[in-house]
Amino acid sequence: MLNYIDRIKEISARLLKDCSVEMVIGFRKGSVPMMNEPYFAKTAEDVERLVWDSNCGINLANYLTDRKEKIGIIAKGCDSRNIVTHIIENKIKREQLVIIGVPCKGMIDKHKISSMFDGEIREVSEDENNIVVRGHDFKEVLNKKDVLQQNCALCIHRNPVIHDELVADPVEEQQDVDRYADVREVEALAPAEKWNYFGDLLSACVRCYACRNACPLCYCPTCFVDESQPQWVGKSQDPIDVRTFHFLRAFHCAGRCTDCGACERACPVGINMRVFTKKLEKDCLELFEWEAGMSLDERPPLDTYKPGDPGDFIK
Amino acid sequence: MQNPYLPYPIRIDDIIIESEDKNLKTFKFVFLNPDDERKFSYKSGQFAELSVTGKGEIPIGIASSPTEKGFVKFTVNKVGLVSSYLHAMKIGDIMGIRGPLGNCFPWERLEGKNVVIIGGGFAFTTLRSSIIYMLDPSNRSKFRDIHVIYGARTPGMLLYRDELIEWEKRDDINMHITVDGTDDPNWKYNIGFVPTITEKKAPPAGKDSFAIVCGPPIMIKFTQPVLDNLGYSHDKIILSLENRMKCGIGMCGRCNIGKEFVCKDGPVFTLEQLNKTPKEY
Amino acid sequence: MKYIKIDKKKWASGIDALTKSYRLYGPVKEEAFHNFKELEKGMLPDLTCLNTRLSPKSLIYPQSEALLEYSLDGSQKDHHIMKEIDKDYSPRAVIGIRPCDAKAFVLVGKNFDTPEYKDPYWLLSYEATTLVGQACESPCSTCFCTTAGCGPYHEEGLDILLVDGDDHYLAKALSEKGEKLLSAAGWDESVQAAEAESQIESKKQAAEKKIASIVHTNKLRDIDTTKLYDAPFWEDVSFSCINCGTCTYVCPTCWCFDIQDENRGKSGMRMRNWDSCMFPLFTVHGSGHNPRGTKLHRVRQRFMHKLKYYVDKYDSGIQCVGCGRCVRLCPVNIDIRRICDLMNSFNASEDACAV
Repeated sequence: MLNYIDRIKEISARLLKDCSVEMVIGFRKGSVPMMNEPYFAKTAEDVERLVWDSNCGINLANYLTDRKEKIGIIAKGCDSRNIVTHIIENKIKREQLVIIGVPCKGMIDKHKISSMFDGEIREVSEDENNIVVRGHDFKEVLNKKDVLQQNCALCIHRNPVIHDELVADPVEEQQDVDRYADVREVEALAPAEKWNYFGDLLSACVRCYACRNACPLCYCPTCFVDESQPQWVGKSQDPIDVRTFHFLRAFHCAGRCTDCGACERACPVGINMRVFTKKLEKDCLELFEWEAGMSLDERPPLDTYKPGDPGDFIK
Repeated sequence: MQNPYLPYPIRIDDIIIESEDKNLKTFKFVFLNPDDERKFSYKSGQFAELSVTGKGEIPIGIASSPTEKGFVKFTVNKVGLVSSYLHAMKIGDIMGIRGPLGNCFPWERLEGKNVVIIGGGFAFTTLRSSIIYMLDPSNRSKFRDIHVIYGARTPGMLLYRDELIEWEKRDDINMHITVDGTDDPNWKYNIGFVPTITEKKAPPAGKDSFAIVCGPPIMIKFTQPVLDNLGYSHDKIILSLENRMKCGIGMCGRCNIGKEFVCKDGPVFTLEQLNKTPKEY
Repeated sequence: MKYIKIDKKKWASGIDALTKSYRLYGPVKEEAFHNFKELEKGMLPDLTCLNTRLSPKSLIYPQSEALLEYSLDGSQKDHHIMKEIDKDYSPRAVIGIRPCDAKAFVLVGKNFDTPEYKDPYWLLSYEATTLVGQACESPCSTCFCTTAGCGPYHEEGLDILLVDGDDHYLAKALSEKGEKLLSAAGWDESVQAAEAESQIESKKQAAEKKIASIVHTNKLRDIDTTKLYDAPFWEDVSFSCINCGTCTYVCPTCWCFDIQDENRGKSGMRMRNWDSCMFPLFTVHGSGHNPRGTKLHRVRQRFMHKLKYYVDKYDSGIQCVGCGRCVRLCPVNIDIRRICDLMNSFNASEDACAV
């Protein structure tokens, strides 16, 4: 995976040179461990700054919304599914894009790794299978597989579902993955326990909206939390308002979420809000046999009506 | 410590519908505590935060002049949450007011000078305050020639029509009322955009001439070159800005343009000052 | 200036004594990171904390605060008239705040305490608080306090500076409030000023040498505002920003807020909540016009405000203390250090600058 970057640079340089695209959206090296910064390259010099490693968890499809240029976009499996959703929802046109597909075996979880060490992490480097974490007075080697983001560990669409270029051969998809073990645990709780579970989960929320803004699906010009006539949700940290924001946002992503993990990655206080979106993903799968963003030719279930749609909730 | 967030209680004493589309209403407020009226001593050009209990606050320019005692007047455009609710309120309803806020027009600098007042649409409110202030017998002699150019889209959208007609009759003020267009055959004033009428009717600037301009950004944009041609220097062109505000006292950080707060260092600025700030208003 | 040696064996009993006259706050470990919390009886502040995830600004300036209350019930005497709320400003102390966060309060105070208007909520809270600071022995790699107007041993804004001496703390009382707290805790073993100062000075030098990250701010004051505003690097700088509020919420020197009325039945409160210039609707007018309608405008506003407008307005340096929280927590790794250097080295007569 670590040599993907040579192909990415080669493809990007070529696309810019022959003017198939006006910019290539990718990553440049971050200034702190385990982070890379989304970046647009417009010249050959810019292309040299592109990087690709296990710290590329941010969903770059987020940067496509309503853009007018011809864009080359570097996309992992989950990113590519969000690009499909963007195209279906008219947020970008297929003709504008040259999708540089990158097969992906998972990104590392910086929150998880940070919490494993007491002192400050000064440097993180990697080879094909391992991560080396260095601090002021410690050095440890971790197996990448043990520190992947949870969504990556459970990923069943590691290869891009849509691409114009592919930087490497497809990787093997994971089989027999139980994606919803944690969702079922919460489903099994009694209502009062569930209520408390949600309260604890969301207690640290500071309403920064990093989760919402990192999500490619959240592109409403005025989010429901910002409406004033009428005002649906308060702006404080009142526990009911916080729950309302998270629950409703999850519902707005129902049938569209690809579990890219950008929300959890962005959260500054470490809230695992993917449990809500995964619950709705599970429901869509069970009720409508639906997985988001797999094909340009199918509309999402909340967008369409089919006579056979489940109706047993109508009493 | 005096709490600058606490509004003075006021009562709606009168409501006048100003414009034909009913979106502009002039509210006359009376202070519940006479002491508060004394504390609310203001100068023309300042604004106040009108507090509608349970809904919020809106920053509105003070339309009454300090020479008018016993009440304060504001003309409010129905635009959003608070203003819509205010428009539905009735005479006798209780609400609040905080102020006076902001800086006023530079009255000391204007003494002994010719003043051209240019207003468009419903930005004319603080200009009404200024005109009544200047025309007051105790003040008129402090100023030399006064010209007023005021325009709205149609005759029905002009504010304070009765007062405009009265001022037009006076010989100590030159009124140039205009509308963008009308098919009213009885319209006896000008027809044309404010910048056009300014070009035709405003006096060229001597070394003692100031221009006060209040209006929508587009009007200001096209009036400025006209004033340049007439010779008004940028530190003698006075503008009053608008921006989204909440606290009105330079604390919440929302209304800044560059290092100035529109609510506290403004809303009145000279063009010379604005040339040095980012155009974020 | 008083210097007190606090034997670490007497630390817990001193903290306990303080609970009689102060509400105590200190860094507490919650799961993966530390935050400032109220210390319950018997709890000690965790002084091994490098720095808390969220800044202590919420101790003086809570994220949500009720300003005024009112009744909407027409049958009540003072209906629709705003009333002040009784607040508790009894003495409180923050044990273990870092010098950068304490200096941040001084910077924020310039906004809330002006000759024309004073914010009673912030000021009364600040005046009721005694800040007991903990000098930094091992700064993080993202700390750049020494070039941001403070440092690991900086005293501005603190009432007491605690310096770690293995089996004891050396407490330097910097104000009357500080001296009062030391007496209330029963820590009274005086030390000679000269000896204490030389101990502190040598440790300070050692700590400052460990600061690896620096920014350059010497030219910010003299750069022309409008030229810097129109600089070509803003597009590149702002591209990755997702306009969340993370940087503003974790920053100890950010203070913007929103005021809203929240009703419940026939009564309500005028609340203030933290707000962020990063949010798209921060500056939107009622007419729909938005002076900062694009991401570039908003990102530029944040850095111009912190590194230029504040410098011009108050002439006391940049509105940043180098705590590094925004650098560590920005979801897309926008780095204020990089942008500060871009701004500082901007030469209006050149077309391009290093990116």
